[in-house]
Amino acid sequence: MTMQSPSSTASLPVWSTEDMARRAAREIPEGAIVNLGIGLPTQVGDYLPEGHAWLHSENGLLGTGPFPYEGDEDPSLINAGKQTVTVVAGGSTFDSASSFAMIRGGHVDLAILGAMQVSATGDLANWAVPKGKVMGIGGAMDLAFGCRRVIAMMQHVTKKHEHKLVRACDYPLTAARVVALVITDLGVFEPTGEGFRVVELAPGVTRERAAASTGAPLL
Amino acid sequence: MIGRHTAKVVTSIAEALAPVTDGMTILVGGFGLSGNPEALIRGVVDRGVRDLTVVSNNCGNMGKGLAQWLRAGIVRKVICSYIGNNEELHTRMASGEVTVEITPQGTLAERMRAAGAGIPAFYTPTGVGTVVEHGKETKEIDGRRYLLERALHGDVALVRAQVADRFGNLRFWRTGRNFNPVMATAAKLTLVECDRLVDNGGIDPDDVHLAGIYAHRIIHVPEHENAIEFRTVRKRP
Repeated sequence: MTMQSPSSTASLPVWSTEDMARRAAREIPEGAIVNLGIGLPTQVGDYLPEGHAWLHSENGLLGTGPFPYEGDEDPSLINAGKQTVTVVAGGSTFDSASSFAMIRGGHVDLAILGAMQVSATGDLANWAVPKGKVMGIGGAMDLAFGCRRVIAMMQHVTKKHEHKLVRACDYPLTAARVVALVITDLGVFEPTGEGFRVVELAPGVTRERAAASTGAPLL
Repeated sequence: MIGRHTAKVVTSIAEALAPVTDGMTILVGGFGLSGNPEALIRGVVDRGVRDLTVVSNNCGNMGKGLAQWLRAGIVRKVICSYIGNNEELHTRMASGEVTVEITPQGTLAERMRAAGAGIPAFYTPTGVGTVVEHGKETKEIDGRRYLLERALHGDVALVRAQVADRFGNLRFWRTGRNFNPVMATAAKLTLVECDRLVDNGGIDPDDVHLAGIYAHRIIHVPEHENAIEFRTVRKRP
């Protein structure tokens, strides 16, 4: 548990990124094939028991292991975030076309992706800020369209306190109607079409506060 | 008569790159700086060709890899999936010096797979209802909407392999494989830079990752920089 940084909410409790990652890990069934997006979602792997699930990296790796011990880094063994990783026993490597065939073909059970906005209808925006620097699409669209279940992970509001759980995304879309669940620093929310159903609130977070921080009805 | 598949091994980068000319579309293997054909990339700058269209997932980073082409001003267009913190590309995209076509990564790979397999276009769900859909035909099949994406061919592919035999059968190492095999299939001419060169028979037929039918020139380059973009480690227990 940590405290939100902006001065107006300085004393209010929220989930830390570690709490969020631990909560997200609970959404991963044993034996699942999971793709963890770049950034915060990558940390989810730290909270999975060894051998619990198979982590897919879209650059061509199934069975992504933890970071290597110092001195054991292999420049040709990286995850999609271009971080040095290891491969677990039973892991495999393949080319990019095969990797995305796995994704598009519906063989990846779950993607946990970072997000900028999620709409009440489950639209996902996570690749570009309007008028901002274009970072590119990478594997985000293929993952969002292809994986059997998509969970979004993000801070509940922007640093400027703007809503990120919204009625309709005004950021460029990654994919429409794909997000099954949103995990934020305030709790866990399910897009229902009408709004967001509260699945769980972080300890100390009131429904009123979550509602005020959400740009669509909280159900 | 001499076929295309004799005497493929060349002994200099300049000889390997001799067919590369101005205005070509060049497919370059690698994911970020991993699995890059480093010597061939440098060699293209030395060769002095220009107005190139580059197909690469990232087009270099940290001033390395294909960022050298951007700095040399020899690139007209980049087809990639991700720019990230590649400042060389951000700068030239902003100034208009380089046109950038951003493609979802899986679509980028599949467009080249299709090119290599003789498929002119294919339907994919990726990008429906997003900016990627603009200007593309769509079709509803069994109740789901798809985009028509076209095959992406290269004049030349530059690929990196861990091991090649003299016919050009290839093996790759770990995630250094990435776009290399699919790009090798999608170009009229494929140049292979290998860490290790073995005689034919040195790779068991069942252990070949990519058959030599896709390789046209092979250059043995034993030393590579193999830059790491994000060195992440854990402490030994």
